[in-house]
This record gives sequence, C-alpha cells and structure tokens, in this order.
Amino acid sequence: MRKNGFARSALIETLHTVQSSFGFLDDDAIKFVAESLRVPLSQAYGVVTFYHYFSLKPPGKHTMTICAGTACYIKGTDKLIADAEKHLGIQVGQTTKNGQTSLMTARCVGACSRAPVVLFDGEVAGEVNREQMLAQLERWTVE
Amino acid sequence: MTIEELEQIAKSVHQENEKYDFEVNVCMDLACNSQGAGLLHSALVKAAEASGKKVLVRKTGCMGPCSSGPLVRVDPEKTLYHHVKDANAETIVNSLGEAPVAALQCDLNEHFDKQVRVVLENAGHIDPEKIDDYIARDGYKALLTVLTEMTPNGVIHRITESGLRGRGGGGYPTGLKWSTVAKAGGDTKYVVCNGDEGDPGAFMDRSVMEGDPHRVIEGMAIAAYAVGASKGFIYVRAEYPVAVARLTTALREARRRGLLGTNLCGTTFNFDVEIRLGAGAFVCGEETALIASIEGRRGTPKPRPPYPAVSGLWGRPTLINNVETYANIAPIVRNGGKWFFNMGSERSKGTKVFALTGRINHTGLIEVPLGIKLWEIIDVIGGGVPAGHTFKAVQTGGPSGGCLPAEMLPIGVSYDALMAAGSIMGSGGMIVMDDTSCMVNVARFFVEFCMTESCGKCIPCRAGTAQMYTLLTRICTGVGTMDDLRLLEDLCSTVKEASLCGLGQTAPNPVLSTLKYFRNEYIDHIVHKKCTAGVCNMQVPAEVLA
Repeated sequence: MRKNGFARSALIETLHTVQSSFGFLDDDAIKFVAESLRVPLSQAYGVVTFYHYFSLKPPGKHTMTICAGTACYIKGTDKLIADAEKHLGIQVGQTTKNGQTSLMTARCVGACSRAPVVLFDGEVAGEVNREQMLAQLERWTVE
Repeated sequence: MTIEELEQIAKSVHQENEKYDFEVNVCMDLACNSQGAGLLHSALVKAAEASGKKVLVRKTGCMGPCSSGPLVRVDPEKTLYHHVKDANAETIVNSLGEAPVAALQCDLNEHFDKQVRVVLENAGHIDPEKIDDYIARDGYKALLTVLTEMTPNGVIHRITESGLRGRGGGGYPTGLKWSTVAKAGGDTKYVVCNGDEGDPGAFMDRSVMEGDPHRVIEGMAIAAYAVGASKGFIYVRAEYPVAVARLTTALREARRRGLLGTNLCGTTFNFDVEIRLGAGAFVCGEETALIASIEGRRGTPKPRPPYPAVSGLWGRPTLINNVETYANIAPIVRNGGKWFFNMGSERSKGTKVFALTGRINHTGLIEVPLGIKLWEIIDVIGGGVPAGHTFKAVQTGGPSGGCLPAEMLPIGVSYDALMAAGSIMGSGGMIVMDDTSCMVNVARFFVEFCMTESCGKCIPCRAGTAQMYTLLTRICTGVGTMDDLRLLEDLCSTVKEASLCGLGQTAPNPVLSTLKYFRNEYIDHIVHKKCTAGVCNMQVPAEVLA
C-alpha cells in the first residue's frame, strides 16, 4: 500500500499483494485493506467478488488448474475436467476434504500452442493426457 | 540520453558481440519453457564453457513455431534446431564451425517464407531483460528522433499516413484516435496500453510483452508525446506473471537509461509508465471497463459517448491502444508511413500477428502481411490439419468472432473481408477445427464463456447469454426442437442490438456464424438426434424418440 502511496485506485494491486502472501482473501484482510485505503467496504467486497482471480476460500496444499481456453477446449480439456472431478470427487473450484488438492480452471494461460494445458502448482505442462494428469494427482494424494 | 549516446551504446553492444564467433539463441517463451528450455539453456551454457569456443548463449523471446519447441537458433549461420533436449547441448556446441546437426535441423522453410516480421522483428534475437540488446537493434531511436526532430502533429501525420488500424480487434484508425486525444482540451492526459489479452486461444500480446517489452514502452512514449500526455499505464492480465516481471524490469532499465522520466533527451517532455494488474475479467478488455478497473473499481463498461479520448481515466482525455498497435509505432516512425502503407491490402495495412492453434500441424505465433489468403495461413504456414482428418472451420476473433468454413478459405485476411464473412479480425487468435469438433458444441462453449464473463450491468447480455446457453444445451443434449432454434435466432439479434458494450454486442457472433455455415449440424442435433463429430452426449428421452 505504501508503494502505491495509499492511492484508492491501487485497490486491485493491494488485493493482489495480499492474495499472493496469504493464498486467499478473508474478511479481515478485505476490511483492513478497505479501511487503509479509505475505500468503502462494499466497493472492496464488490471488486473481490467481481474478478475471478480473487479467492475467498483457502486453497489446498496443491492446486491443479486446467486451462479452459478455446484451443485447449478444441483439444479436449472438457474431458480432462470431467475426469479430474470424478477422480477427486469434487467440482471445479473446490478443494478435497483433506485439504490436499484444489481443482481450478483458467480462462487461457496463453500457452495455446501446447494445448491441452494443465498447471500443476503453477508449473505449465503442455499436451497433457488423462493418464499423466491422474498420475500427478495420485502422487499428490500419496504424499 | 541523446541520439549520440544511444548510438554509443549500440556500438558497444556490437563490439561486445563481435568477441564471440557464434551466438546460440534459446527460445524461453512459455511453450518452449514448458518443454524444458530452462534445463537446455543451462546445459548449453555449460557445454559452451567446456568447449573453449567463443560462444554467446542468449535467452530470447518466442521464435514462432511453438509445436517444434524447444527451439534453438545458431547465428551467424541462422541454423534452426527443433525439439532440442538438454542432452543435445554438447552435440550442438561441438558442431559449431562445422556442419550443422542434421538430425535436429528444423525444416520449416514454407512456414517462414510467407511471413513478414515487423512487430516480431526482435523476438528471438534479443534478450528481453537487456535494454542494450534492444538499443543495439535500433531501439529507442524512433523516440529520440521524434523528441528532437518532429512536432506532435508531424508524428500524428506519419501514423495517419501509415494507415495503421487498431490491432485490438476494432480496427479503428490509429491516427484518427491520436488526433482526437491531441485535440481534446486539458493539461492532464493519459496513455493506456491494453494488455488484457482476455480472448482465450490468443497469446500474441503476451509474447510481445515478454519477448520485446521495450518496443511497447517506446510506442507508448511516442504516443504520449504526440497527444500531450505525461503519464502512462500498462494494464496486464494477472494470468501473465512473466509479462508483468519483464515489463517491470524493462521500465526500471528505461528509467535508469534516462528514456523515461523528466526532461527526456534534454527536452521539456516528461513521461513515465505504471503497470496495473487485471484480475481475470474478460470484459476489462473493453476500454471503458478497463478504465474502471485501473481506477480500482469493478470492471463494468459505461455507455459511449463520451469516448475515453474525451473523458477517460479520472475524467481526463485518455488514449487507449492495444499492445500490438504500440509495437507497430517505432518501426513506422523509423521507416516512414509510406513503408507501412505499402504492405498489406487495400484498406488493411501492414502486418498482423496471429496465434495459430487448435487442430493444426504447426501451432505457434506467426506474423503475415494483411491480405494474405486464409488458406495460405492454414495449409502452407500451418501445415494443414493432422493426417487422417479433414478441415472443418477456423475460428477468428475469440468469443466475439465467428467460425469460417472451408468455402471461405480463399478470402484475403483483412478487417473488412472477415467482417463481411461474419467473423472479425479480433486480436489475432486463430483456432483451427477439424472433423473432431462439433460446431453446435463450439457455439455453446463460447456462449458459456460470454455468460460467465458478462459483467451483469445490462440485461440483454446478462439474461440473454444465459438463455442462449440453455437453448444450446437443450440442442446439444438432444432435447432441442425447431422452436428452440427459432427462439435462439431471435434472441441472438436482440442481444446483438441491445447490449451496452462490445462483449454483449458480439456474444451472438459464434452462434450466428455457425448457424450460417453449419446449419445442417444444428438440424442433425434437433431432428436426427445425432452429433456427427461424436462430441455431444445425446441423452434422448424415450418419449422423444417414440
């Protein structure tokens, strides 16, 4: 916040910083940011819920993000998503009960030439098939 | 910083490079990196040291044919190697000065022959984290020439003369936009670079920002001088962390070299740039929504007029251009407007970068002169669809664009021709589909995208896209009727006519274009309960079949 001179317009930047430190934004964090920047709490909460990138829930120990961009869709990520949901027993956007794995989708990470793309803890893997994906999920579960 | 000092830097870089007999350039773009370019780079550095040869190993931006990655180019021979593993590093270094390694040589002459590189001229040749590399390739020369020798009006005249049109999708004449902002009153004006490449399946802007960030900054500085602004913002998607890091480094280096800041080149011109992060909202690519987002609010669009050129960021006149538009500015200033005007087709000048992806053999980043035939891009540059499959459609313009069938392949790629065919140029995503794709399902995919990305401010878009999605889902699951199809067509025109911003107005395009060219697939789904591509899971209730 100090870096941006406590400017009200730096709300999104500040929220990014908080999320990258804590992994998600809880009520206390949003209240603190809103008060510090003198932004109405409603505006801060509105911004957090409007943008997909911000998360109100803590992520699991590992996160698998499946790209749902057009090129990846043409190359079959809808099936990968269905397989992952079945394997983990959760829906996209949820975390397994033991807190081990979160399943997310992304609107294109820009690695379309390597579609379908999956991010394992932020690491880009291209031309991923079902077996590779499930093997990685299995490794995380065993840990 | 003066032009003489700039030339001095360029000279010292050239002298430094001459110490080496060979340059080994490793593509470090996202696609190559995900295939092990990082390990390869370290292995090459190690092998080069061990060999005792004078070799410069350089990390560069995207070289183009991502499907052949990781890519390595050896200069001065210009030998391109593909699918290089770190285990090949020694072989490549040993071959320097001798015959190239035939087994790894990349033979994509046809892929490159049709291309003309303007925006991507430096990608693959410079280290994007080194400002001196950019300066050595005529970087910032255009900015300093403009500041010392040209009037703001002269700059606008040159851009107008070049015929450059906005590369973000709309195709609005850039010179006209600049002169509107220049004429707008007020002391404070802003220059904004739209790097919110939300269009899924496109990554041109990411590659430019990561591979040649200074080119964007130079373009913005020239624009700021022309319109009379002293502050710039680059709005980048948070999904592109590498682009953000590269731009941050580039801005720091430019300030250090005195190319950003106050009294540039001893003139009264001041300019600096700040980076603003997006947070995953497609609608923020729309200019009024982007402004709201930079101001720290929810990215909802506003009705226009007033246009941002008159009342934009904090109510001030604001110039908003796309990354690729700014990337074209420096070469236009350097080479003259006529040079640019002579490339391209009648009403679409210059070159355009496309991200060629989907069911095609050579995926990657290409740059072609406008007016090139669509089939040349797909069959020659892209190498056609995978063996054993037939081409079905090419999707341009992302969720706002349309799908063009094989009959449309002879058209020349220009703003007007694509528009007439029912699609748009868009930002430059080009996704090829073959017989494994169901066009109804593709339309549903895009409508779902627009439905979730709709900001919810105006009803036609918020409710319309949701209803369109429901109707398309009915058709895709085999319960659709011909009435549903009629309702869908009706709804498409309502959403198109009545929505507030570009997102809603163009959301029906994927449906309309597939209805226009692939109506038989819709009929197959509704009447025959059949999905030819085998994508849709038809759960036809017994009573419908009876």
